[in-house]
Amino acid sequence: MAASPPRPEDWITVRPEGLYCVPGGFFVDPVRPVDRAVVTHGHSDHARSGHGCVLATAETLAIMAARYGAGFAGATQALAYGTKITLGGVRLRLVPAGHILGSAQAVLEHAGTRIVISGDYKRRRDPTCLPFQPVPCDVFVTEATFALPVFRHPDDRGEIVRLLDVHRRNPDRSVVVGVYALGKCQRVIRLLREVGHDGPVYLHGALAALCDLYAAHGIALGPLLPATDAGKAALAGALVLAPPAAVADRWARRLADPIVAMASGWMRVRQRARQRGVELPLVISDHADWDELLRTIDEVGAPRVWVTHGREEALVHAARARGVDARALAVVGFDEEES
Amino acid sequence: MNRFAALLDALVFTPSRNGKLRLLQAYFAETPDPDRGWALAALTGTLSFPAAKPAMIRALVAERVDAELFAWSYDFVGDLAETVALIWPARPGANASPHLAAIVERLGRTGRVEVPRLVEGWLDALDAEGRWALLKLMTGGLRVGVSARLAKTAVAGLGAATIEEVEEVWHGLTPPYGPLFAWVAGGGAPPPADEGARFRPLMLSHPLEETDLATLDAAEFAAEWKWDGIRVQIVATGRERRLFSRTGEDIGGAFPDILGDVGFVGVLDGELLVGREGIVAPFNDLQQRLNRKTVTVRQMASHPAFVRLYDLLLEGEEDLRGLPFDERRRRLEAWHDAYRPARLDLSPLIPFAGWADLVALRDGARASGIEGLMLKRRGSPYLAGRPRGHWFKWKRAPLAVDCVLMYAQRGHGKRSSFYSDYTFGLWAGDILVPVGKAYFGFTDEELARLDRWVRNNTVRRYGPVREVAPGLVLEIAFDGVQLSGRHKSGLAMRFPRIARIRWDKPAVEADRVEALAAMVA
Repeated sequence: MAASPPRPEDWITVRPEGLYCVPGGFFVDPVRPVDRAVVTHGHSDHARSGHGCVLATAETLAIMAARYGAGFAGATQALAYGTKITLGGVRLRLVPAGHILGSAQAVLEHAGTRIVISGDYKRRRDPTCLPFQPVPCDVFVTEATFALPVFRHPDDRGEIVRLLDVHRRNPDRSVVVGVYALGKCQRVIRLLREVGHDGPVYLHGALAALCDLYAAHGIALGPLLPATDAGKAALAGALVLAPPAAVADRWARRLADPIVAMASGWMRVRQRARQRGVELPLVISDHADWDELLRTIDEVGAPRVWVTHGREEALVHAARARGVDARALAVVGFDEEES
Repeated sequence: MNRFAALLDALVFTPSRNGKLRLLQAYFAETPDPDRGWALAALTGTLSFPAAKPAMIRALVAERVDAELFAWSYDFVGDLAETVALIWPARPGANASPHLAAIVERLGRTGRVEVPRLVEGWLDALDAEGRWALLKLMTGGLRVGVSARLAKTAVAGLGAATIEEVEEVWHGLTPPYGPLFAWVAGGGAPPPADEGARFRPLMLSHPLEETDLATLDAAEFAAEWKWDGIRVQIVATGRERRLFSRTGEDIGGAFPDILGDVGFVGVLDGELLVGREGIVAPFNDLQQRLNRKTVTVRQMASHPAFVRLYDLLLEGEEDLRGLPFDERRRRLEAWHDAYRPARLDLSPLIPFAGWADLVALRDGARASGIEGLMLKRRGSPYLAGRPRGHWFKWKRAPLAVDCVLMYAQRGHGKRSSFYSDYTFGLWAGDILVPVGKAYFGFTDEELARLDRWVRNNTVRRYGPVREVAPGLVLEIAFDGVQLSGRHKSGLAMRFPRIARIRWDKPAVEADRVEALAAMVA
């Protein structure tokens, strides 16, 4: 009698360090230092320093080096999108996830089964990265950051037009936009350029290095100036980007009577925006919204869906209602706020 | 509806009063009648739609959205109107977005049975922002941080009218306020002042500086106690009885005990107080009765309210406001003597020979219920607003204790990057017990220094709150202190503020909690 093929849950398991591929001997986005890690993208909750060997796209490796320094891992291996390699009997390739520059889904094939670990992803057009590519599979591992039907992201250009409108109507005030340093910042700048804002954008110091990195990867961000030494007079009527934590802290005192904006999917909920003292909430997210999560599950056609971080229970409930065998994976350590 | 929805949305996210005022004025200037009138009605809390209840909205959304997904979403968002607005599934090709006026008019004349289908159609036609505004409008309580007074101020600002002039005609008007806008924005004739139970703008006082006394002639003034309640106006016509706050909000619903005692025609000015057996209770007791729509029999018995009368504005149909204070006072006393209403008494005049008598009285005044003295010019008519030189408030000297800073929290708006809200305590044995909070009483330079001190002396953080090492003494001034079951120390200060920052004083030399307890009136 032939042995039955291994079930997916036998060769992809959850360990304290993160998702582990048993025959391949590697983790995907481990939250603690491990020997071999496949990293889907450069956000710090997915890409940690101190691993023995990291396999990722060249862009993600460059981002990790910029954030942690060149010695962030014992060894690195860059894998271009679409290139297949084999690790311990598991075939692996990386496919664009549309989340940020270099972001990838890990497509794993073993024993006749294909598992896609999508990392963080979105389905909207983003001028700073390649679009998400749905890969038909047997098991789809998905995030659930915005997995509630109250989250339907509006058109991002409409949000940028609102931002510019407030900026134009307040020639004496700074408009400061809270943005995550990696991805959101550069996407907002690119969108500003697309709708015709070609003046300078002032940056908090913590954003400069990653903007340089994006520019070096061919994403033109136009004139960027440091806000830190600009002086109050120059910042009157200026558009300023800063990490969310700096917007409500001492750093912001250098701004001219600032109007506080924030670019995040959480801005959809008024109370959340008000709690953070935001006057101009911009609903711009690098994650799939509710409709996009469900559409993606439909498109990849996976009979089984594993849900990792976010509002797992709602997405599991909705996927089951569509006849999909869905369950939550208890993967710890992903950070809600980098959204 | 889109414009109204955008207004509400902008108001929610605009913290400053002046910012809100600008938004309201722009809206009233740019929006045609009758939409702007209905918006004004919604903002002043004048609209009510008994057929549109939260239960009806829940039932509608249950027809469209999976119950579990709705429950998780509601749990996450925390507000019914916003949850429904966001979760409502779009129906492409629905009807055009309705006008605010059409919504209000149809809601008003549609019965309970038909309302759900009507609302469903609108929810389909509107976007998320519009749905939120519609649901807030229907269920009352916009909660956008705009008082009725602020909305009326914005209307007045459309033209050359003052807020007092708008108040004068307000209670004679009904939504959508066409004649009001025609007058203020269009320069037409003012609407007639209503003959019914409308609010008359109050006469207010200026604070007295000690140096003023030398320039004022004691013989020209009457003196009374300044009672520590809230200023109210009782308006009674043959058909209606109303109780207004100082800003013209109708608070009568929570005070049937007082209005039940009104069997005359006239307009009276006085102080709303809670009292037992002739003793005025602390302000805390009155607070239990304020900010309620209704009141229970038990609350009325445990916190009996009354009004201490200051002035008579109208007696019957006769307007006394043009008469001098002395003459109005004589009429008030005669009127009170004739009616003897059980829940209205007179604020007594204080006899005095010269300012020196009053200085002594004021310094000795520590009874709860008294904030200080009022001086009123005997020859002055009753003038709306805060005219100079007629009425003076002369608050008693504040009490003070030296407290130790315990916790600091970030402020809001301009102060959002500063630790500007302070909790301070007094020594009980060798531990500190918190006794109050203060947010003001310091200059911008002092704030910057306090902020630095807090950051350098933080020992623990609780979200936005920092606990600091006991090392900074604040001299706290306050108007009074009462026993309170709601505070850990058992004491509640009235109007605490920072009088001085004692950079020089060691924390161990701050006051003990017994010192504060000894000041309870």
